[in-house]
Amino acid sequence: MLTKTFRGGVSLTECKELTVDRKIRPVPAPPEIVLPLSQHIGSPNQPIVKEGDMVKVGQRVGEAKAFISAPVHSPVSGKIKAIRNVLNPVYGKRPALIIENDGKYESVPMVKRDSGDRLSKDELINIIKEAGLVGLGGAAFPTHVKLNVPKDKNVDSLIINGAECEPYLTCDHRLMVESTGHILRGIYLAAGILGVKNIFLAIEENKLSAIFAMEKAARRMNKKLPHAQIRLIMLKTKYPQGGEKQLIKAVLKREVPPGKFPMDVGVVVHNVGTCLAIYEAVDAGKPLIERPVTFTGSALKEPGNFMVRFGTSIGHVARHCGGFKENPVKIIAGGPMMGLAQYTLDAPLTKGISGVVFLSKKDAEIPEEFPCIRCAKCVDVCPVNLMPTELMRMVKYSRWYNSSALYPADCIECGACAYVCPSKIPLVQYIKLAKEKELQEK
Amino acid sequence: MPEKLYISPSPHIFENQSTPGMMKDVIIALTPAIFAALYFFRGKALILLLVSVGSCLVFEAAIQFLMKKKVTVFDRSAIVTGILLAMVMPPSLPVWACMLGCLIAIGLAKQLFGGLGSNIFNPALLGRAFLMAAFPVFMTRWNMPVTLDAVTGATPLELVKFGHNLDVNYWNLFIGNVSGSLGETSALALIIGGVYLLIKKVIDWRIPLAYVGMVLFINFITNSVAPETYAGPLFHIATGGLLLGALFMATDPVTCPVTKTGRWIFGAGCGLITMIIRIWGGLPEGVMYSILLMNAITPILNRVTRPRRYGT
Repeated sequence: MLTKTFRGGVSLTECKELTVDRKIRPVPAPPEIVLPLSQHIGSPNQPIVKEGDMVKVGQRVGEAKAFISAPVHSPVSGKIKAIRNVLNPVYGKRPALIIENDGKYESVPMVKRDSGDRLSKDELINIIKEAGLVGLGGAAFPTHVKLNVPKDKNVDSLIINGAECEPYLTCDHRLMVESTGHILRGIYLAAGILGVKNIFLAIEENKLSAIFAMEKAARRMNKKLPHAQIRLIMLKTKYPQGGEKQLIKAVLKREVPPGKFPMDVGVVVHNVGTCLAIYEAVDAGKPLIERPVTFTGSALKEPGNFMVRFGTSIGHVARHCGGFKENPVKIIAGGPMMGLAQYTLDAPLTKGISGVVFLSKKDAEIPEEFPCIRCAKCVDVCPVNLMPTELMRMVKYSRWYNSSALYPADCIECGACAYVCPSKIPLVQYIKLAKEKELQEK
Repeated sequence: MPEKLYISPSPHIFENQSTPGMMKDVIIALTPAIFAALYFFRGKALILLLVSVGSCLVFEAAIQFLMKKKVTVFDRSAIVTGILLAMVMPPSLPVWACMLGCLIAIGLAKQLFGGLGSNIFNPALLGRAFLMAAFPVFMTRWNMPVTLDAVTGATPLELVKFGHNLDVNYWNLFIGNVSGSLGETSALALIIGGVYLLIKKVIDWRIPLAYVGMVLFINFITNSVAPETYAGPLFHIATGGLLLGALFMATDPVTCPVTKTGRWIFGAGCGLITMIIRIWGGLPEGVMYSILLMNAITPILNRVTRPRRYGT
């Protein structure tokens, strides 16, 4: 099979061997969890419980009226100890529920539906919305919004993102191997809602076991369900292959215009983990209360993949996998290319965090910065045709008049430019500043 | 438990290549040409190389100190400038002239513009352009390699231009057994270094290819039209500073365009100007002026060859 890809990008040292063979194991929730009320992109949630309330597993505790939002459900049973602002690993200080876990895991009734296919499109979208689903690839955009295609848009293809191009992370890979059937079921549900016939399951070629597992299962399903065919696409292992725009370009050769969405070019992209969550929400009636997370890095004693209930602290899981073999000097929520460095081990895990990387001193060294020598490696690797060196100069010397010709808003912040920069200039930071400036002026 | 955590923006991992590392690679790539220079010009080459590198380092440190800037001589860029400047000097150049060239290269071309990465012109070539204008006699008096009997003699380019002698020994041109600037005579040594830089991805292949391609093309056309007037098909790439310029000077990342299209145009433009000067101009050699002129329009090339906006 020929591999597909996009222009630009970088090859990275994968470091996936640390965890790629580690099965996803559940981690018991700690006695106290810190559940951020908003764990998605969009309107912030309001609490619908009070201090002192008793909650059950799967009970809704936070919601917002706005369309672009996703409710939050309690992953444990117990008492609401407090509602206060807590450091959120992604969004800074935000309101969170402190829940005392009684360890009983008493659950609200979950409606099992074996006949998800017989539900109408709107009913299915509503189930997915009520279950609090967000994209589990990292951006945490509410899933139901991406399934609800406006009438004026014509979507003809669904791409399932199994690229997992960030180094170190393997939880999507493990999911495809371990929950193959359920993921496929979720894919068919999503395809049914969207009413598309072309389904592409795109996986990077370094995940052979996932490709074999999915291919075998998909072939069986394709025979049974002739109306919707899943095509497996092998992607070249290259970063940022899993970026939405890059994936669409690689699979369908379509480019999403600036400021537009995949729907505008007839495509919807969902992550494999999200597909599994769609299956669980529809068939098992289970809201999104946990997700697989890769815990890895040179500082960790026993790296692995874990099913973690939201609100569990990073430190709790780290202790669960044997603690540290070396002092961690950098803790990254997410992958090493786009993830966020954490201040504390108390940071709670949320819907958008697919991995936590613990780097020892040797790997975490922040390199010395040199002046830009205009080698243009950043220009060569930029997957959205930007000129990071020129953008950096624009910001550094306040030449804002260049902004309209350098398009900082197009940047997907993948970090490929800063990765290859021989002078180790934090190019993404500069471009983010340019974006801010552009927003202010609008 | 961790005591102190590093906080920095993403990405958190980096490619191994560093700017001082790239400078080191350029120095490594220049060693074959340095050895060729030492072999053909012996003591004269050694003295010029040492004086040039030493003066560049001293001038850089002194100017940065006087301008109250951070002294950055350890980034190795001044060493590269020093070697390159020595490479484009005639072996018989007086030491004081060499030092003056270094002052212009480091002081005027590099530090006045803001130091590493901010210069418009290639420092070594601007230093040479100054010497060429100020001391034309010193800059055109050529020692023959010690391997030959004669003490001084014209360069192959001068022989063809002014002597109309089209009888060229290509083997001598290839190994460097001819008169010329220190580092430009041996095509072999320069090609070895250039291949190293290409493999290490320190330089972009587009510029040397476009440059050499354009020179070959014009050389071929002129030679085909009038073989009795113009030299043979490989003559112009094997002579003068062409390979040194195409592989080590035009590819200087700071002073060449950042876009791929821009680099094609830059290389081709260098080739065209070189050939216009060599064939129809008053000077036998045009590599230096061609690169300096293309350096001057690099900001414009960067602006007019911006990549197509994604999705449009």
